[in-house]
Amino acid sequence: MPDYKAPLRDFRFLLEELLDAGAIQALPGYGEATPELMATVLEAAGAFVEKELQPLNRSGDEEGSVLANGAVTTPKGFKEAYAKFIEGGWTSLPCDPAHGGQGLPKMLHIAVEEMICSANLSFGMFPGLSIGAYNALLLHGTEEQKRIYLPKLVSGEWAGTMCLTEPQCGTDLGLVRTRAEPQPDGSYRITGGKIFISAGEHDLTPNILHLVLARLPDAPAGTRGISLFLVPKILLEADGNLGARNGVTCIALEKKMGIHASPTCQLAFDGATGWLVGHPHKGMSAMFTMMNAARLAVGVQGLGVAEAAYQGARDYARTRLQGRSPAGVAAPDQPADPIIVHADIRRMLATIRARTEAGRALALWIGRELDIAEKHPDAGMRQAADDLVALMTPIVKSVLTDIGHEAANLGVQVWGGHGYIRDNGMEQLARGARITESDEGTNGTQALDLVGRKLGLHTGRLLRQFFHPVGDCVEAASAKPEMAEFALPLAKVFARLQQTTAFVAELGLKDPEAGAAVAPDYLKLFGFTAFAYLWARMAEVALAKEAGDNTGFYKAKLATARFFMERLLPEHAASFAAIMAGKGALGAMEPAIF
Amino acid sequence: MKVLVAVKRVIDANVKVRVKTDGSGVETANVKMAMNPFCEIAVEEAVRMKEAGVATEIVAVSCGGASCAETLRTALAMGADRGIHVQTDLALQPLGVAKLLKAVIEKEQPKLVITGKQAIDDDSNQTGQMVAGLLGWAQGTFASKLTVEGEQLRAKREVDGGLETVLLKLPAVVTTDLRLNEPRYASLPNIMKAKKKPIEALTPDALGVDPTPRLTVLKVIEPPKRKSGTKVKTVAELVEKLRNEAKVI
Repeated sequence: MPDYKAPLRDFRFLLEELLDAGAIQALPGYGEATPELMATVLEAAGAFVEKELQPLNRSGDEEGSVLANGAVTTPKGFKEAYAKFIEGGWTSLPCDPAHGGQGLPKMLHIAVEEMICSANLSFGMFPGLSIGAYNALLLHGTEEQKRIYLPKLVSGEWAGTMCLTEPQCGTDLGLVRTRAEPQPDGSYRITGGKIFISAGEHDLTPNILHLVLARLPDAPAGTRGISLFLVPKILLEADGNLGARNGVTCIALEKKMGIHASPTCQLAFDGATGWLVGHPHKGMSAMFTMMNAARLAVGVQGLGVAEAAYQGARDYARTRLQGRSPAGVAAPDQPADPIIVHADIRRMLATIRARTEAGRALALWIGRELDIAEKHPDAGMRQAADDLVALMTPIVKSVLTDIGHEAANLGVQVWGGHGYIRDNGMEQLARGARITESDEGTNGTQALDLVGRKLGLHTGRLLRQFFHPVGDCVEAASAKPEMAEFALPLAKVFARLQQTTAFVAELGLKDPEAGAAVAPDYLKLFGFTAFAYLWARMAEVALAKEAGDNTGFYKAKLATARFFMERLLPEHAASFAAIMAGKGALGAMEPAIF
Repeated sequence: MKVLVAVKRVIDANVKVRVKTDGSGVETANVKMAMNPFCEIAVEEAVRMKEAGVATEIVAVSCGGASCAETLRTALAMGADRGIHVQTDLALQPLGVAKLLKAVIEKEQPKLVITGKQAIDDDSNQTGQMVAGLLGWAQGTFASKLTVEGEQLRAKREVDGGLETVLLKLPAVVTTDLRLNEPRYASLPNIMKAKKKPIEALTPDALGVDPTPRLTVLKVIEPPKRKSGTKVKTVAELVEKLRNEAKVI
């Protein structure tokens, strides 16, 4: 079974050496977030997930969450682990101190979320949904709603959900049918059915706060007629104590491909009491503030699985003895050599590693921009950071979840036939990673968001926040002979991204369907460019420190950077060719052909 | 009752220790460091005593270079109230540490001193005993259960033959064994609070102690690599090898 150890050295490298976490400390409200404190928090989180969450991953998947008489029982050990999780204060990490939070940077929260997802993806769903509910209430709730509910979500005493999907309504939320009828006391009666509600019902917390999309009686059709409501599982007495059960019931659990410990619920709202969050008919925009954060979080789930797959594959490759190295016997005292001597095994490990480490750099970079967008005293800096986050959100979600799937698949492959055996824990990673590509807006939807919305927003203003730093990096790296091996491939992929950006923008204006047809490949090319940029920057840091290093860390960074440039980056040429083909042959593949 | 806990910064238990190429010691540059696991048990025991209302204040002490402050922060995050950092860049040995601790103890006047039974780097298993000896205090080493009974301390000790229970008159020095408790995780709020807890910096000079090492390290080498074995064909050959090659019979 994979034995996950938190990649603390890589986190510190990224926070302290690549992304200058010291600058985060200068932001108002983050004065306490010194690099030392962040390292301490990461270490403590790592110890917790390794010892408390990881041991429940395999058993939780076998056992699954179970529904009986409307109540969901989580697998053995989850309740105790969750109690320790909230006792450790981990739900409060990024939350506002005004509501009991620790007020630590979002960048740090992303790192901790990655660790949780590496150790136990199912467990991570529970606090993940709660933070979504927290964000929605924080930004759109009334003062009273915040006062009553936020401290409970921050402490983890209560959990939260996001209730969007209905049987007829997934990506297209304009089709929501759940109704909300105003009551004389200012509350609403919510009636309708929701599906795919993660953590919709469970035994980890005595109360669950559902954030529900529904329609008011006078609502216009489509997405402009959707409002957001807060519907607690248990209603509160006047004194704030838990009172009567609200009219919301879990009527079924989905039987899923993976993450069996996470209950995916069908919820029936039968005249349940709820309260409006934000303005009438403005539920979609309220939901979007949650969804952007949730999309980044799902990207981080993919990243977490990728790291777990890497470690599981690496450890197996070092200990599994089969055959002999073609380069000559490597372990003469053993009956066979460990399979890591084979170039193809190392190719698979290096592929996972090169993508995972770049993916981690991307996630933390965007995490830092989230912090700047929220806290920087200068409005221009806030806007620039916000633009970059908006631009990169679909890329983080899509690319990192694709990485998670690919990494888990390669991890199974490294284990040979043993990877296909459930008890060995590798196939669970592949099943778990698979959902991340589909949920929170499929990766195809992310590509449409990038091409259809983000590219053209404010006449291309968002793009500047990515193109300028990459252009600067190409220029600076080109001036240094030792950086040539990284600067040249980066310059090439960047030029192609610029070329296709102009092409796609024009194509989309002329024929929106053609723009949509090339969107997934354009998103991939964008991802390749981001990774090449981050690897060039990481290589620059590593080159300066390689000489005095006795741990091999920087040597390995450089080797991985070179592997990425030489073996993985050339794949971008295929995406480039596909984009430049436009709608082409795909346009001729009419629905009737299928 | 005031409890003083000594904590040592060591190479993390998960790190593969490497010998320096010049044989002068082991490589510690860029190596992950952590609190000695037996010291974690000592801090945990003190925190449990405080939670039980037995201890009133917990002072954590560490001796060594600047980075020891990080280890003290860990102790503070676990629940110690304040830290004392005796700063020195000397390569300290148990007797030097014991003398420094004696000076701090005389200054702080705790009723109970808890240390780990040994550190996982040098495995000396000496400091706690030396502190008790220098102070003339009672000692209960390798403790796996502690109960304070008024002015006395009942300590269950893990000895070669099994378990031994001793009754110590306070003040006393106790060293912790593995089974005394299971240290808690540092919680996020406590990590944040630990930043604000005071760490007092002292020097050996200020304490009037000379901790200069009395032992000289001649050379540190890695254990020899294990060689592959050979198969013998007959019992006679085995006997011959045992007699003439291994020279054991």
